[in-house]
Amino acid sequence: MSSLPLDWSVPRPAVVLRVRRETQDVRTLYLRPPEGVWAFQPGQFNMLYAFGVGEVPVSVSGDPGHRDVVVHTVRAVGAVTTALARVRPGQVVGLRGPFGSGWPLQEAQGRDVLVVAGGIGLAPLRPLVCGLLRHRHRYGRVAILYGARTPQDLLYRDELQRWRARFDMQVEVTVDRAGPDWRGNVGVVTRLLPRAGVDPAEVVAFVCGPEVMMRFAGRELEALGVAPSQVFVSMERNMQCAVGLCGHCQFGASFVCRDGPVFRYAEVRDRLWVREL
Amino acid sequence: MKTLEELLAEHPFFRGMRTDYIRLFAGCASNVRFEEGAYLFREGEAADRLFLIRQGRVALELHTPQGVAVIQTLSDGDVVGWSWMVPPYRWAFDARALGLVRAVSFDAACLRRKAEEDPALGYELLKRLVPVIVERLQATRLQLLDLYGEPKGRVLPSA
Ligand SMILES: Cc1cc2nc3c(=O)[nH]c(=O)nc-3n(C[C@H](O)[C@H](O)[C@H](O)COP(=O)(O)OP(=O)(O)OC[C@H]3O[C@@H](n4cnc5c(N)ncnc54)[C@H](O)[C@@H]3O)c2cc1C
Repeated sequence: MSSLPLDWSVPRPAVVLRVRRETQDVRTLYLRPPEGVWAFQPGQFNMLYAFGVGEVPVSVSGDPGHRDVVVHTVRAVGAVTTALARVRPGQVVGLRGPFGSGWPLQEAQGRDVLVVAGGIGLAPLRPLVCGLLRHRHRYGRVAILYGARTPQDLLYRDELQRWRARFDMQVEVTVDRAGPDWRGNVGVVTRLLPRAGVDPAEVVAFVCGPEVMMRFAGRELEALGVAPSQVFVSMERNMQCAVGLCGHCQFGASFVCRDGPVFRYAEVRDRLWVREL
Repeated sequence: MKTLEELLAEHPFFRGMRTDYIRLFAGCASNVRFEEGAYLFREGEAADRLFLIRQGRVALELHTPQGVAVIQTLSDGDVVGWSWMVPPYRWAFDARALGLVRAVSFDAACLRRKAEEDPALGYELLKRLVPVIVERLQATRLQLLDLYGEPKGRVLPSA
């Protein structure tokens, strides 16, 4: 269990500095850390509170090197996320965290790295990519595979462009549907896996997206010869307390909030295939 | 320059195949290239080819009353086209080159003839085509689930 931050149960006010439109239903919020500076592990999440509406877990999507801002990317799917995505600069949201296990990037040192993201799943992986690029020399080949619904649903477009322009990293993007103007890939993200220029015996894979996608990505990675112990997934089951007390996010024997959200695929593989867990 | 047999032996589709079979298949094959925007084939036309993409990207497209929809893209190492196996041998989609495409093109009548003459060779071909078809079908099913669209996102006022 990761150690709890002080006052874990009390949301603290964080001023909205900036809001960036990513897509028609996604916004990235830049918040001032309640303490002025803060630190987190890539893969961790905060509980964000939209005053008067409610509180939800949202992954940190910022660069871990930037300690003076808390960044979250929110997709508006219900009451709380819609309220959060509609905030304006100057407004205040409640924040508690960071919580949860991070991506164990240290396991990838000296190895190849494969990042597989689907939809909003790129948000919790972005800090990992930022951290990895800061110490690029520590890793072997790096490939990022990202699937989205349509070309209009791609997050962090400018950054994707910059990543693609680098010579030390392979970036492949695919969408589920597109018109004839789209010159990129169309098809599910798992179809890109055989093309990632990484060594299956040497790679550590970090996967985040809808559960069905992670299930199929896990299976395909195994088929390609990647050991399940070398694959990490982030389980974004819904939760409430964020510290393993309320049982809301129970996933088999684990609580996503306390033991996760990042799990070793070898540990959750069987549970991912169980219905209604 | 590489011979067709060498090119085939390198392609994932033929990897590990007996060399005498590769030689026989090479007898049905030719090297082709398509410039950006060119069609490998068009919906409704006679399906008389099988393509192995060596380099480049191909879009499978369907014309709908709403316009052209790209169903899937295929690239290096992929197989394009199996309508030549199933009567009445007509293409079900358009296949358009999204840039320069280098491929090996097989004469389907020649493939069918060789498979009829030597069922073991025909079975070898099927053993390689069926997994491709199954993989493509599974990918299409996942695509149909619209995984990233659920739960439905709410359109926000522009920031
Ligand atoms: C660890 C963790 C990290 C997360 N990180 C992010 C993030 O970075 N950005 C982001 O936009 N969202 C993230 N989420 C999801 C976010 O917490 C939910 O979308 C939110 O709780 C929904 O609350 P709501 O009141 O807006 O909608 P609700 O009314 O509660 O739900 C709206 C719809 O969304 C479905 N839903 C709710 N939560 C989830 C979920 N976790 N997975 C799939 N479907 C869900 C509901 O079944 C319902 O159909 C994360 C969740 C977890 C557990």
